[in-house]
Amino acid sequence: MTMPEGWLTQLPAPAGTLEPVQRRGRLALSEHSFPSRRQESWRLTDLKRLEALFQLSLADQRSDCSNVESWPSVPALALRLVIDGTQDPLRGVTLPAGISVLEGAELQQALGHTLSRCRCASDWPVELNHGVSQQILALRIRGKVPPIELVMVADDSRLVPTRVLLLVEEKSEFDFLQVVSAKGQAAHSHLLEIHLGQESKVNHGLLALGDGREALLANLAVEQETRSHYSLVSVSQGWSFGRLEPRVVQVDGQASASIHGLSVTAADEQFAVHTAVRFEGPEGTLDQVQKTIAADRSHSIFNGAIQVPRPAQRTNASQLSRSLLLSGRARIDAKPELEIVADDVRCTHGATVSQLQEDQLFYLRSRGITHSSAAALLLRGYCKEVLDLLPLDASQRWLGGSLQVGGVNP
Amino acid sequence: MIRPDAEPLLEINDLHASVEDKPILKGVNLEVKAGEIHAVMGRNGSGKSTLSKVLAGHPAYQVTSGSVRYLGRDLLELEPEERSRLGVFLGFQYPIEIPGVSNLEFLRVSTNARREKQGKEEFDTFDFDDHVRDRLQVVQMDPAFLERSVNEGFSGGEKKRNEILQMALLDPVVAILDETDSGLDIDALRIVAGGVNQLASPDNCTLLITHYQRLLDEITPDYVHVMGAGRILRTGGSELALELEKTGYDWVDQQLAAEGVA
Repeated sequence: MTMPEGWLTQLPAPAGTLEPVQRRGRLALSEHSFPSRRQESWRLTDLKRLEALFQLSLADQRSDCSNVESWPSVPALALRLVIDGTQDPLRGVTLPAGISVLEGAELQQALGHTLSRCRCASDWPVELNHGVSQQILALRIRGKVPPIELVMVADDSRLVPTRVLLLVEEKSEFDFLQVVSAKGQAAHSHLLEIHLGQESKVNHGLLALGDGREALLANLAVEQETRSHYSLVSVSQGWSFGRLEPRVVQVDGQASASIHGLSVTAADEQFAVHTAVRFEGPEGTLDQVQKTIAADRSHSIFNGAIQVPRPAQRTNASQLSRSLLLSGRARIDAKPELEIVADDVRCTHGATVSQLQEDQLFYLRSRGITHSSAAALLLRGYCKEVLDLLPLDASQRWLGGSLQVGGVNP
Repeated sequence: MIRPDAEPLLEINDLHASVEDKPILKGVNLEVKAGEIHAVMGRNGSGKSTLSKVLAGHPAYQVTSGSVRYLGRDLLELEPEERSRLGVFLGFQYPIEIPGVSNLEFLRVSTNARREKQGKEEFDTFDFDDHVRDRLQVVQMDPAFLERSVNEGFSGGEKKRNEILQMALLDPVVAILDETDSGLDIDALRIVAGGVNQLASPDNCTLLITHYQRLLDEITPDYVHVMGAGRILRTGGSELALELEKTGYDWVDQQLAAEGVA
């Protein structure tokens, strides 16, 4: 597997705010080899689907938000921004008090800082984004600000690169929902950095909805200072090929993070979630639950790394991976990776892979509910525990309260 | 209420059933008529709970021979959901928790499934809300439990009340209550038993599966059956339960030994 010869040279010449980043990314892509299944983090990946990204055209100046009418209305006070990799998402937008654009030297100083702290700046999907992103949405958050709903769209066999940087100042509070939408065999390459200052709180949701034939590469890098709280709720469905990589680093300890994820795969989709949380100081906490549903012939992957080096004494972390296998031909690979060096810590982890519980099915059937309805009800309940955690009432507004999950075929 | 001319609702004939190829029921015979309350007693492992699950259609239990007729039709050929819709209700010994599924929605869906079969109009969300709040009074249950996930985080007593609430909503013809008294304190037992008594009518019947007399202090059975080794060994009136309270089940062992079963 390789990157097609000449692919880099046909990219637009490096330009704009991200010019140095583009040069760096393209150099890295040309020098580093394409991901290989000999690398642990790519071991289970269908690399042909990754390679297929090079067949897509890069987002040009055309923007198609033709289905914008079908989007739900934005909650009161919330600000909706739309990015498609080409047009300025802030065009015609008046930012509310407390939210400002990060520019110039401040931006250059912040850009990539959190990626480095999360030790993912040289990862292949990150370098790909470096190489192709032409714009960045960079915002400073100060104080308690209105929520932002960021809708990211891709269509028409285009590769849409997007990059976002959020600098959340100390004691600030912020709800942030990303809705990643794709259709027409398009792909997203998304890179997000969030820096949480001391005592700040970010409630982050990522709702990623493909149409069954699309691809998603999303790298989320989050850096937490002391007494900050970061919550991530991610929900993904409908990606032919997907790789979501949230990485969190608590740089001085005494911070808390919660990560709740739900990924749903069907048909022959493959979706991987690679999370990594690193505690670099004492008394940090993590509460993580990753749920997976795999139907038909799909393949779902979860790798959950937790790193607790020696300075991270009195860390309290829990990770639970719960997977539902709806078909005998579906596949789930779940792997916790705990690296614990500190000796005074509490780290728990668990992983279950099961089918729908017979006792639960029978209980519902014994109340007159058919097998298929009972299965659907159980699946809705399974998803709801995560969906309800999405900020900005996203579950109700974007999904009508539930995901449609089919393919129950034990 | 024993009425000789009452219609038989449930007729169990020489019923044999296994779980994981292990025979549990070995020839159960029982007839239950409209208006009657039957108590089935016996030691752990005697087959009481298996009987209840077989009647409700649990897929883990295989009927190897015998028959069960319900309102004149073959109960055993029906799927569990069809049995429920036709009026067979099983109150679970250990009600199942279903995270993420709203109790209110679950109750509405199941009630409407039964009502459709009864030829009654299905409830919409608002009508059902009124109906369920009325039925909550049968078990003196806090409406807050409607907003929670099915049985999740309920205490043992709350789960049992939720079972009787379902019974009140589903209006069963045959109610089988599997150790409904287990895990209940005396106040909760009285409330649950009061609910069962309110729901008993000349048109339906109740099968109480229990270990203890204390439930039968609150619900007076017309018949008491003692199970052992997968069949009914003795049948009597409510006085049989009192006798068992005094004598225990040693006679069961003796009888089975005499028969060469134990």
